[in-house]
Amino acid sequence: MSVSQVFGGVLRGLILGLIAFAIFGPIANMLLWTVAEVWYYPHKLPLEWGFSFWERVFRPQGNARLSLVNSIFIALLTVVVSLAIAIPAGLALGRGRLPFRSLFLLLFLLPQAFPSLAVHMNIARIFYSLGLNGTYAGVVLVHTIQGLVFSVWISTAAFAAVDRELEEAARNMGAGPFRVFQTVTLPLALPGILASAIFVFLISLDEFTGTYFVGVPDITTLPLLLFTASMEGNYQIASITALILLIPSIAFMLAVEKFLKAEVLAKVGT
Amino acid sequence: MKTVDRQGLAAIVLMMPALVTLCVLFLYPLGYSLLWAFRNEEQDTWTLANFAKSFDFYSTDIIFTVLIVTVSTVLIGVCSILIAGYLALGENRVAVLILRWLYRWPLFIPFIVAGQLMRTFLAKNGMMNNILVSGGVIEPLQAVSFLDWRGIVVTFVWKQTPFVTLLLAGAIATLDRSTIEAARNLGARRFRVLLEIVVPQVSTTLMVGLILSYVLMMSVLSVPLMINAQSPTMITVDMAWRINSYGDYEVANALGFISYAMTAVVAWIYLRQGIRQDGSPT
Repeated sequence: MSVSQVFGGVLRGLILGLIAFAIFGPIANMLLWTVAEVWYYPHKLPLEWGFSFWERVFRPQGNARLSLVNSIFIALLTVVVSLAIAIPAGLALGRGRLPFRSLFLLLFLLPQAFPSLAVHMNIARIFYSLGLNGTYAGVVLVHTIQGLVFSVWISTAAFAAVDRELEEAARNMGAGPFRVFQTVTLPLALPGILASAIFVFLISLDEFTGTYFVGVPDITTLPLLLFTASMEGNYQIASITALILLIPSIAFMLAVEKFLKAEVLAKVGT
Repeated sequence: MKTVDRQGLAAIVLMMPALVTLCVLFLYPLGYSLLWAFRNEEQDTWTLANFAKSFDFYSTDIIFTVLIVTVSTVLIGVCSILIAGYLALGENRVAVLILRWLYRWPLFIPFIVAGQLMRTFLAKNGMMNNILVSGGVIEPLQAVSFLDWRGIVVTFVWKQTPFVTLLLAGAIATLDRSTIEAARNLGARRFRVLLEIVVPQVSTTLMVGLILSYVLMMSVLSVPLMINAQSPTMITVDMAWRINSYGDYEVANALGFISYAMTAVVAWIYLRQGIRQDGSPT
């Protein structure tokens, strides 16, 4: 092994180590905070360790428990509403002979092209006049619009990836259009639709801005709890909440390729 | 012919729920925000005063926002090109595998969580300073909090680089390897191959990823609120402040209009470049 090879190896290891530190350092710091009872400057590590803040977060009548239940309830409702909207749209965009198809696809991309904060504060104002502020329905609707482009685009791709010949075969055997959809198209598109459902669930679970304007003060979700705790300087509660939100996002990151098959991914946006 | 029309009609009916949602929950509030930026509600007239007030109060924050978002976008671009480039051209299999496993972790971590992670990590007694002190890079007394504009940039880059890298790596994987191999055989260094052969071929993907990140960073409220809410800060914080403290939708919408304009400039640069690449006159 030559000197330059050894040097290259060391350099490579060093850079990878730095990247690993940059990525896992902040996560590790948060994990320390979740089990720190007492920790202040200039101590490098917590002075006392323990789980008393976990007990506070998961206490039956606690604020945190309510936020957790709220978050999951809202995310599930958002998935139901999004799928009810996105499955027919995906069918029309992915299968049907829709006039101006690409224009419609672009239209759903529009919310990604504008900084959303300015739109959200006006949604809140409109909702206020309709009495939707501080209600579950209002929060679910705000989350739905955020997930709309993903749910519509992914389910469009899922339907577009279904082999048309299988549908024709079913039709030739005498199945009606609805039966073809129920027994052939939908089952084949299901993995893609499931992926879009998980995506929407995560978007809703993690959503902050819309809830901040529409939900407050009546509806608190985990991100809002995290924010309030962090602003009050209660880093333990904030870090435990952050960890609860971190787990599903990392699980999804690790599993995303299993749900979003390459052939569906290749059809996204086409 | 008749069946096609019927199918087209059916497709439009199926589209209806999605279209109505988009109109009511996006286009309507968007229009509202554009119009109300020019509105004086008390006198029921149209005015430019909201913009004058915005620039009067928040011109520092407007410049600050442009700088933060631009610097972050550039850094995200550089980092993602380097990572995706190494994934494609790296010769050490183990290192490529490790990097592929490593870079994605922040991909779906929400901004608010990233904000909290950095709030502890970059603080004066955070792990970042502890490591620097332990490693002898800085003296304990030199430890400073990074929770200012630097903290916001770090959080944005940390959170968005995996997304752009993922897009880039996907685009690079579909490239024809033969030109890359040919250049390598001719003795071109990997870095040159990356910059002169690979990046130009995936520039559209890179631009799309960067523009999406730019728009996203322009609309994130949680990160600047958590990392650095004192002035100078980003205009997202100012918008929330105008509404929560004064119920002042006029100035808030004027600031929103300014954030649209900042995005429009980027979109315009991108479109102009696209036209140039096609060879059409600009």
